Amino acid sequence: MTVVEEEHPTVPLWRQGLRVFAENRLALVGAGMFVLLAALSFLGPLFYHTDQVHTDLTAVNLPAGSPGHPLGTDGVGYDQLGRLMLGGQTSIIVGLAAGVLATAVGTIWGAVAGFAGGWVDSAMMRVVDAMMSIPALFLFMLLAAIVTPSVPMLIFIIGAFAWLGPARLVRGEALSLRSREYVQAMRAMGGTGGRAVRSHIVPNAIGTVIVNATFQIADAILYVAYLSFLGLGVPPPAANWGGMLSDGLADTYSGHWWLLYPPGIAIILIVLAFNFIGDGLRDAFEVRLRRR
Amino acid sequence: MVRYLITRVGQALIVVALVTVIAFVILHLLPGGAARATLGKEATLDQLAAFNHTMGYDKPWIQQYLLYVQRLLHGDLGYSFQLNQSVLEAIVQRLPKTMVLSLLSTLLAVVVAIPLGVIQAVRRNRWPDYAITSLSLLAYATPIFFMGLLMIILFSQVWPILPPEAPQGFTVAEVLADPAGLVLPTITLAIVTVAVYSRYVRSAMVDNLNENYVRTARSKGLPERRVILTHTLRNGLFPIIGLLGMYLPALFSGALVVESLFNFPGMGQLFWQAALKRDYPILLGVTVIIAVATVVGSLVADLLYAAADPRVRLRRSAS
Repeated sequence: MTVVEEEHPTVPLWRQGLRVFAENRLALVGAGMFVLLAALSFLGPLFYHTDQVHTDLTAVNLPAGSPGHPLGTDGVGYDQLGRLMLGGQTSIIVGLAAGVLATAVGTIWGAVAGFAGGWVDSAMMRVVDAMMSIPALFLFMLLAAIVTPSVPMLIFIIGAFAWLGPARLVRGEALSLRSREYVQAMRAMGGTGGRAVRSHIVPNAIGTVIVNATFQIADAILYVAYLSFLGLGVPPPAANWGGMLSDGLADTYSGHWWLLYPPGIAIILIVLAFNFIGDGLRDAFEVRLRRR
Repeated sequence: MVRYLITRVGQALIVVALVTVIAFVILHLLPGGAARATLGKEATLDQLAAFNHTMGYDKPWIQQYLLYVQRLLHGDLGYSFQLNQSVLEAIVQRLPKTMVLSLLSTLLAVVVAIPLGVIQAVRRNRWPDYAITSLSLLAYATPIFFMGLLMIILFSQVWPILPPEAPQGFTVAEVLADPAGLVLPTITLAIVTVAVYSRYVRSAMVDNLNENYVRTARSKGLPERRVILTHTLRNGLFPIIGLLGMYLPALFSGALVVESLFNFPGMGQLFWQAALKRDYPILLGVTVIIAVATVVGSLVADLLYAAADPRVRLRRSAS
């Protein structure tokens, strides 16, 4: 394949990728699930007004299907459907933001380490090894015990330690990319290392990075759930699906199923959605590989 | 092999040293420092100064770090004033129980994941593969505590055959004396692990099934059963050894949640209660010990992997 063909393919690469993504039914299902859950959380409250700040002790634990409360109410009288919407906002925002933050930090770290090579690479990767050897949940809990958890804090805590996976991944890509001819040609013509990272390594690794980011988002949503279950989530009246689910655990024996299954199913659906999207994107980005 | 061994052990030592640096930094990130964390909100400035002096926290940072490492090397992980017990003592009581839970569930996961992965590889892109992949994804997407709760509802409430609580014994022997209580926590922790492992076995088997030696075996007229079970499986299993090490941090994270849910008095529960009570000496001590256990575990797994598969050590010492 010549350079001219590479620059003027008959169908733009991104459109081919989009087509592959669209042909992947599972990926479309994932995207659809995400859009529905996001619409429920962010647009739902515009049509379905509930008070999620003041408790109502005259209407606690109403079963699902009660007049005015299609999903019932919880132990302090919050409407469960409204709470599901509010909780979804937190879960989705923290998941997206922490996933993106982790991916950004990890990409830069990995690209620099992989491109620099030598002892810089060794030093940077040993730091990653050390942080990775502390199980993530232990680190998150340690930090959550030091600071007072709030939404920005949760994003920071999860983002600050979830970048290790992407860093390893991008470093591997960078190691193989930096020995490619076009990067060496640019270097021979006097291009700087920074330019190699900026204009060759990061753009070429972007497919791997984006695919990984979707899995990071899914994991971040699960981590918020775990922190909430362990009592270190966002305090009420704020809510997230993980917190609602762990509150619902206490009601298992009283048979209040409407407090347990809706947030549980919501978490499973959103994590599945991002996994489906990630699998679809991986196939879409492999278009580039297929053309070679 | 010797060269690989030296490189790998050297790396592990550096990583352990870095872990102590991280723990040390976190110790100094505590609001108001370690003195405030230990003595509480009511402590006067004089008391804080006295505590800092006794613990050596008024010395220069480098000296403090060396002191911290020196204490660690002597097994002094600090003292929990909330438990009124040394951190080391608290950990020694609980670590074996977490090990029992982790070992049992890993064993169960491996035993289940290998046949699943093999079935997926042999029937790839057909319904058995899709069915197992879907179930794995579903297991992966379910928060562990929700999975555990569903187990409790199913097997202790709807169909009451198993206790909903883990054994409460003080020693490992007492824990093992109550095998029924161990069933649900072990299965819960194993389910997510199975999802991860079976995926690896599947891809390792698929890679190997395309190799020339498999074609040779088939063309020799070996029955398909033997081609898969003796030739391919043996090579497909090597990556699992390495994976056991890589998966350790996730396994410990999972154990932390499972222990809290089933009220199993192991390391995870110790850590959880310390986090809720802001018992920093325990938090840091457990973090360091768990990290060292992870590093040693992955080191052992890597060395076993290299011993079993010469390609690994040749490839890695070359790069």
